[in-house]
Amino acid sequence: MTRLSSIPPGSPEATSRRSVLRVAAGLGAVGLTAALADPREAEAKTAEITVSPASEAVADFRLAVPAAALDDLRARLAATRWPEKETVDDWSEGVPLAKMKALAAYWRSGYDLRRLERRLNAVPQYRTQIDGLGIHFLHVRSKHPNALPIILTHGWPGSVVEFLKVVGPLTDPTAHGGKADDAFHVVVPSLPGYGFSDKPAERGWGLPRIARAWAVLMKRLGYESFVAQGGDWGAGVTTWMAKQHVKGLKAVHLNLPILFPPPLEGEPSPEEKAALAKLVAYGETGSAYARVQGTRPQTIGYSLSDSPVGQAAWIYEKLAQWSDPNDAPELSREEILDNIMLYWLSNSGASSARLYFESFATDFSRQQLDIPVAVSVFPGELYRPLKIWGERTYTKLFYWHEVARGGHFAAFEQPEIFVAELRKSFAHIR
Amino acid sequence: MQENSTFTDSVATSRRGLLALAAGGALSAAIGGPRAFAQGSALKLPKASDAVEPFSVSVPRSAIDDLKRRLAFTRLPERETVGDWSQGVPLEKARTLIAYWHDRYDWRRFETRINALPQYRTQIDGIGIHFIHVRSPHPNALPIILTHGWPGSIVEFMEIIGPLSDPTRFGARAEDAFHVVVPSLPGFAFSDKPTETGWGVNRIARAWAALMQRLGYDHWVAQGGDWGAGVTHALGHLRPQGLIAAHVNWQFVFPEKLPDNPTPAERRAIERASWFANDQSGYFREQATRPQTIGYPLADSAAGQALWIYEKFQAWTDNHGNPEDALTIDAMLNDISLYWFTDTAASSARIYWENTRAGLSGLSAGRIELPMAASVFPHEIFCPPKAWAEALWPNLFYWNELDKGGHFAAFEQPALFTEEMRKAFRSRRA
Repeated sequence: MTRLSSIPPGSPEATSRRSVLRVAAGLGAVGLTAALADPREAEAKTAEITVSPASEAVADFRLAVPAAALDDLRARLAATRWPEKETVDDWSEGVPLAKMKALAAYWRSGYDLRRLERRLNAVPQYRTQIDGLGIHFLHVRSKHPNALPIILTHGWPGSVVEFLKVVGPLTDPTAHGGKADDAFHVVVPSLPGYGFSDKPAERGWGLPRIARAWAVLMKRLGYESFVAQGGDWGAGVTTWMAKQHVKGLKAVHLNLPILFPPPLEGEPSPEEKAALAKLVAYGETGSAYARVQGTRPQTIGYSLSDSPVGQAAWIYEKLAQWSDPNDAPELSREEILDNIMLYWLSNSGASSARLYFESFATDFSRQQLDIPVAVSVFPGELYRPLKIWGERTYTKLFYWHEVARGGHFAAFEQPEIFVAELRKSFAHIR
Repeated sequence: MQENSTFTDSVATSRRGLLALAAGGALSAAIGGPRAFAQGSALKLPKASDAVEPFSVSVPRSAIDDLKRRLAFTRLPERETVGDWSQGVPLEKARTLIAYWHDRYDWRRFETRINALPQYRTQIDGIGIHFIHVRSPHPNALPIILTHGWPGSIVEFMEIIGPLSDPTRFGARAEDAFHVVVPSLPGFAFSDKPTETGWGVNRIARAWAALMQRLGYDHWVAQGGDWGAGVTHALGHLRPQGLIAAHVNWQFVFPEKLPDNPTPAERRAIERASWFANDQSGYFREQATRPQTIGYPLADSAAGQALWIYEKFQAWTDNHGNPEDALTIDAMLNDISLYWFTDTAASSARIYWENTRAGLSGLSAGRIELPMAASVFPHEIFCPPKAWAEALWPNLFYWNELDKGGHFAAFEQPALFTEEMRKAFRSRRA
């Protein structure tokens, strides 16, 4: 529901809330009036997740999902009204009805609605206020004193959930087939407007500002020398941290190097043509979500806030189409739903879309970098950038590797390969 | 509509779920199980045949209750981070619209009005087509088929059907009378939803020709705006027997090569085209590439569906900042409710997918030999200079640039629009 505290009594919103209960109570169950004698009180059993205001202190955070939020979700899922079936036999009109119905059915009756809460709370989480905004993050210090601090940034429609499987292997390599020399202290923040970070109430939270905030965060955690990593928007933030030469940043690793528009020189080679064709195809048939989010985040937000199946479809389409192999992701239904749950519970359909309004047409573009850069190219990624483009853009490109499997959600899809890539690439930096 | 059993099941279970939520979970027994509310929630369209069968609108009470319940339970996002409509519908405007729809709007009043007009369904090319058909009392009336677009509907034309068909009752001359046919596009309102691909503007144009023939008209004209203009231009190419001329209030005329030294009018048209292709195009691209995905949130969230449409009433009407300057809130909700009750978000979006795939969604429909007329309303999305029309329409016989009105010409300015029809087609009458 909306923030009840922000609704003045007597406003249309408050009135309609009272009528909700009347409507529900009038549906034929005689005798309900007594049970709902005080509609205001009933309303107070809010389905909203409350997050304490952040300060400059680093405060512990645990996710506590009210039972009412899960009841509300179950009721909405049960009430889903569906469109008709698509007129094609593939994903070319979006998520096929049968796929969507199967996911929704599993969400409603197979998936453990407390799974995300449990998984997140198994990792130390915090919130701290930076530049006026409460930032939620996971932070796991390695037991190895020489561990390299790393800040891992997700994108859309990802979240901190993408990294849950890599936190252990990165921080505690000796328990996961690695050497103590491979250890990282791991910081995984939620972007502003995502997860349990605050939602910006003003304009200006684009990539450059987020990059500056991440620098403050690492400093606040006492890290004077660290590396950064990201894909999707996370690659954008990481790129901007490198461009800004934020204090302490030694090197970056990108799994979606932002090499668009590509730095072509002369007639494109066949490999370049193939990569360009993928970029053009993305622009023509795969990027409408970005145009919607970049131009009308508020309008699409209404649908995504109100309909769990709608929010799920909006995300599921991308999880499926951008992972490897496309349209048939290896991600489990549980993991897909963990990520969707985070968006749903935090009601961040609009606020996550707003990052496109801030940065998609402006800051999310190729930037010349002069600090050390490492790149892992996953074959199922939206496009397959060429090393020569990286060399033309990153003067200190020290690592470039095309891995065998995985797509856009590298850490989520292929945690072992992702961890191996971070160990290998940053071995040069330690 | 085509998925009646699923729809009823989900409504039934949903009611149960929400009641359980409202009353704290102890209600399932009291309401008698999941089928207790199953009766009559879904709209059922009679199967169409080659015959022209009378049709009237009757939305079940349970569907209205279901809508109100969804509206009352609307979960909203946070407020936009701007002070205008640039991120979409502002939160306060959204709240007002939702509250009005819930508390004050009367669908039955609209139902009475539309059922006062003779409506029919008939099957053409495998699809049941819904249409209004009003024969003029004047025997020499000119038959006209008026086609709506998205997010419009037959609702746009309701005010002009009387003046067009019965001019002497509205202070005009018998010589200006029309026999009026107003169909619902396939996938819109009470026309069937296509279950296979191929229903682009050309196929719709062929269906309209069949419809006019079936109604016994062998000498007729066509009119349209938005996709209705797309269909009308397609009729201009098709030139079916009996079609003598057409009028469009969106002119699909655009030069193949932009002028090197554009005139002020050309520059303005080019700027508006660019604005439409960039800032304005999110909804277009989404519906053109992922109509099924956007269908999930819009089918499930009444607020989401309403605001997806309401945004366009603000963007495209002749107003001073608020859509209510141009259209009454009841009129807009008539249109929105028609989309909602017929669950046609995905099926209406699919017209973008069809025409974009067929290469028929550009700003130019090419050269048309059929005699063409045009009225240019100043707040139309795109207003081409007359010279561009002259270059593509060798038989342009009427061109008028008006001083008020926008994209929804007949809806916004029924008197002006009616007058345009009379003036434009005066020279085409026998």
